Amino acid sequence: MTSNFSELRLDRVTRRFGLGKNAQVFTALDALSMNIQRGEFIALLGPSGCGKSTALNCIAGLLPVSDGSIWLDDTRIDILPPEKRGFGMVFQNYALFPHMSVSRNVGFGLAMRGVSASETAQRVKRALDLVQLNAHADKLPGQLSGGQQQRVAIARAIVIEPPLVLMDEPLSNLDAKLRLEMRAEIRRIHKELGRATIYVTHDQDEALSLADRVVVMKDGVAQQIAAPHTIYSQPANLHVARFMGYRNLLPMAVRHAQGETLWLEGSGLALSGRMMQPIASSGSQALVAIRPEEFDIASEPGDNSFPVQVTNVEYCGHDNIVDVQTLAGMKLIVRSTARCEVGHNVLLHIAPNKVLAYPDDGSAAP
Amino acid sequence: MTPDRASLGASFDRSLLLLVPATLFMVVLFVYPFLYGLQLSFRPMEGGGWLANYARFFTTDNLWGTIATTLKLAVPATVINIGVALPIAYQMRLKSRYQKWITTLLVIPLTLGTVLIAQGMLGYFGPRGWLSQTLQFFHLYEGPIRLTHNYWGVLISLVISGFPFAFLLTLSYITGIDPTLPRAAATLGASPWNQFRHIYLPLLVPGLAMAFALSFVQAFSVFPSAVLLGSPAGATRVISIAAYESAFEQYDYSMASAVAMVMGFVQLVVVAAILGARGMFYRGPVSGGKG
Repeated sequence: MTSNFSELRLDRVTRRFGLGKNAQVFTALDALSMNIQRGEFIALLGPSGCGKSTALNCIAGLLPVSDGSIWLDDTRIDILPPEKRGFGMVFQNYALFPHMSVSRNVGFGLAMRGVSASETAQRVKRALDLVQLNAHADKLPGQLSGGQQQRVAIARAIVIEPPLVLMDEPLSNLDAKLRLEMRAEIRRIHKELGRATIYVTHDQDEALSLADRVVVMKDGVAQQIAAPHTIYSQPANLHVARFMGYRNLLPMAVRHAQGETLWLEGSGLALSGRMMQPIASSGSQALVAIRPEEFDIASEPGDNSFPVQVTNVEYCGHDNIVDVQTLAGMKLIVRSTARCEVGHNVLLHIAPNKVLAYPDDGSAAP
Repeated sequence: MTPDRASLGASFDRSLLLLVPATLFMVVLFVYPFLYGLQLSFRPMEGGGWLANYARFFTTDNLWGTIATTLKLAVPATVINIGVALPIAYQMRLKSRYQKWITTLLVIPLTLGTVLIAQGMLGYFGPRGWLSQTLQFFHLYEGPIRLTHNYWGVLISLVISGFPFAFLLTLSYITGIDPTLPRAAATLGASPWNQFRHIYLPLLVPGLAMAFALSFVQAFSVFPSAVLLGSPAGATRVISIAAYESAFEQYDYSMASAVAMVMGFVQLVVVAAILGARGMFYRGPVSGGKG
């Protein structure tokens, strides 16, 4: 398997699980199609149970696909066992071989490929240099800290020079500080080696900061495949919006529409906003998604502004999380650096392009 | 602070009292009989110095030869039991809907007594048993089949009664190994055989050594099947038969104790050798990191 591939192609990759004796079938991954270019960093993002790990295991060959196919350029690989695919994988619990020293762990893939001892030693040393662990080459994994074990796992996966590196929530077992450090480390290693990487995570910060493209998944279906800034500012649907931190969801009615701009009324408010998905016509119901940090505190009334009463303030250091209530009793969450006091009335303003309107499909209940 | 600490250190931890019943049990049922037997073995019935029993054991062919006879049964039986249990348990490591049934089936002999197994084997493997009749009926093998009242009868019985034990032990060691380890090995290019060879086997060695030691001790103390299925005067005159004869045919309890001590010593030597060899391998956690 050469590392000089140009494209990994997933073609309607589907994985179903039979549940117990009554042959109930559960579709963990539903027709995932996408192309991954050489050197690209892809993040699969979603809550637990969304099918992101299933997708990764199907690509690695640890789970057979039920339907669809996986291609590396012109080679169909979903029929190959994992040891023939040659992808490097980093596991959530690291899966280091506890009975082998760090250097033997890293050299394992090379030993399996029959690489000569002298070349193995050289490449293991280079890989351990890359993750800055050469001082620990002779230790057993059990003698290392969590972050060090994680780096051994990364070195072990990349030393075989795989066409594709797969990472299954590699940082979820680390503490917050170490997680940030390792995130930077993973980005650095990816820049240095330029290997295509598929990275599974439930942490949106990780996905946005690392990936060239993010795949947001829910219930086994890819909801949106796009660059991080697109995912962040233009969620394709309500599921993505909710997952990307649009915590305010307001039911409103469409008054009239002009191109992508909508005028909406409801919950005692009148706002203009952006139509994110086709909404039938004026008079139909919409759900409006607004990020807490997009609100401004306005000094005087104007378009897209409305008065609210502060009901609670939670101090968060850099800013405050402020719970407010509209005159009609609608509760909103606002993040603001401005000082707010409980009981006071303030004027909120929201830019029309930050008011995202989706058709109300009845799935708004949190 | 200081007086508090002193009184803490001096005070008696009452939960230690919970050890009393178990300790009493051990003393009454094991330590005392063992020490009694030990001192008894040094007081030979016919005089001749305190080591006379041991001298007699090691100079009488039909006594000290029993060590070799027993080893010849116990070692192959243990090797077969572990050797067969390992691949079956390895296949059973993955959950499947048949696992429960196969495990139950394999473990049933554990619930049968040795005597019941012997009875069944006499009917099945005997000269006029089902096996012999079936083979003759299909003209597969016409000659006489001798699988009882000799070495083979006892060996088969040891395998039947010892296998479930070896299997359960091995299965628990195998399923204790983190299943992401072989998966990681697979992504690194290890074929199924190499996954077994480089991941499972090294991590299993300590467990297998323990299973081997326990199975061996069990097989070495074989008695009923050696009498019922073997030839207790010849090929299967195991060491426990020698002890039994001394005690209940010659009424020489002192000699019988000496034989029992030799038996225990041989078991101890073998177990110590196995556990000593185990120390040369990796022993430690069998998971691949933080879980």
